[in-house]
Amino acid sequence: MDIELMLKVYPFFLEAAWLTIVLSVLTAVLGLICGTLGAFARLSRFAILRFIAAAYVSVFRGTPALIQLFILYFGGPQIGIQLDAFEAGVIGLGINAGAYMAETIRGGIISIDKGQREAARTLGLSHWQAMYKIILPQAARLMVRPLGVNLNMLIKATALVAAISVVELTYTAQRYIGSTYKPFEMFLLAGVLYMIIIYVTGRGVVWLDRKVQIT
Amino acid sequence: MGLDFSMVPKYLDIILLGCAYTIGITVAAAILSFFGGIVFAVIALYAPWVIRQPFRLVAWIFMGTPLLLQLFLIYFGLVQVGIDLPAVVAGIIGLGLHFAVYNSELIQTAILSVDKGQMEAARTLGLSRGEALRKVVIPQAVRDVIPPISNNMIALLKDSALVSVIGVSELTLSAQRVIGKTYRPFEFYLLAAAFYYVINLAMEWVQRKIERRISISR
Repeated sequence: MDIELMLKVYPFFLEAAWLTIVLSVLTAVLGLICGTLGAFARLSRFAILRFIAAAYVSVFRGTPALIQLFILYFGGPQIGIQLDAFEAGVIGLGINAGAYMAETIRGGIISIDKGQREAARTLGLSHWQAMYKIILPQAARLMVRPLGVNLNMLIKATALVAAISVVELTYTAQRYIGSTYKPFEMFLLAGVLYMIIIYVTGRGVVWLDRKVQIT
Repeated sequence: MGLDFSMVPKYLDIILLGCAYTIGITVAAAILSFFGGIVFAVIALYAPWVIRQPFRLVAWIFMGTPLLLQLFLIYFGLVQVGIDLPAVVAGIIGLGLHFAVYNSELIQTAILSVDKGQMEAARTLGLSRGEALRKVVIPQAVRDVIPPISNNMIALLKDSALVSVIGVSELTLSAQRVIGKTYRPFEFYLLAAAFYYVINLAMEWVQRKIERRISISR
């Protein structure tokens, strides 16, 4: 193992790891927004909204995220959407993650007993009041862990933007593998940084989950 | 520039060949990940400590890092140690091992949840520990994990697009090659996405059939 080389290049990996973190955070925020909208639309009274949301979830979960990124980044200019690689990465991955999160959020909402909603409505709360004051606070607790799984997948999925040349961890590893012919060392550097990011987020999810439970 | 699908028929054969590759790679990697998953599960549960613990560490690393990064490691790593495999073989091995690790986690849980009495009864009847595992415990465990494993197989189909990056001419790379000639990225990536979606729907249909079968047989 070439430790000397690893010591020489690790600052570049740290910089790239920072970009991976920024990408993950932005993607997670956009994913949560899309996921929440998608979940509410799937539970809507209006058939057209339900249909659109179901199609969104099915198509974006049913095709590779890499292809979605390529359509947006390379195909976008043809339909007047001009994005740089980083923007395309965040938007593409965010919309993709949203499709997965929509299912998680919807799952949380429908697992709350029907009687809760009926009781709230009987007591005179409107449809939205019942949702915000009674159902969502209970459902949110159930969603923390499964959303944590979505987050874990999303962090690993940010590696895909390497294919559109965003200089994050995987791209950096790939570039140094190409120039140094030391695949194992470069994998180790990038791998350790990914593991740290994944581990810290995982602990954060567990902490949050414990915090929101009623004991 | 606008959209123009008139070039699609001319290049459809390239895309269809890519489709065939994608299906072949997915099936080969799925089979590898299934049997690999069983082997990994047995190692992680029953191998001696000196093998088990390092093995678990490697499995943990494979679950915490992106598949794309692992593909680069396997493809370039094998070349470095003098094994020059064709990209398609490296791709199948990479995908297969990655998903074998995920399948192994499911199978471990399932093996542990098979009633202890099954193992004890098999041992009493004179089977060795290995035989009891192979003939009694694992078949029951595998039946329990078929639904979640089939989810992994569908995920594998979509992740097979990543092997385009190491130069395997599957659906994504075929689309990329056609785009190199036509300069029509939107149309041909959309076409590729449509093919993935159809294969995905077909797999979901098979999954539902299998699940119904299992739930009846119980």
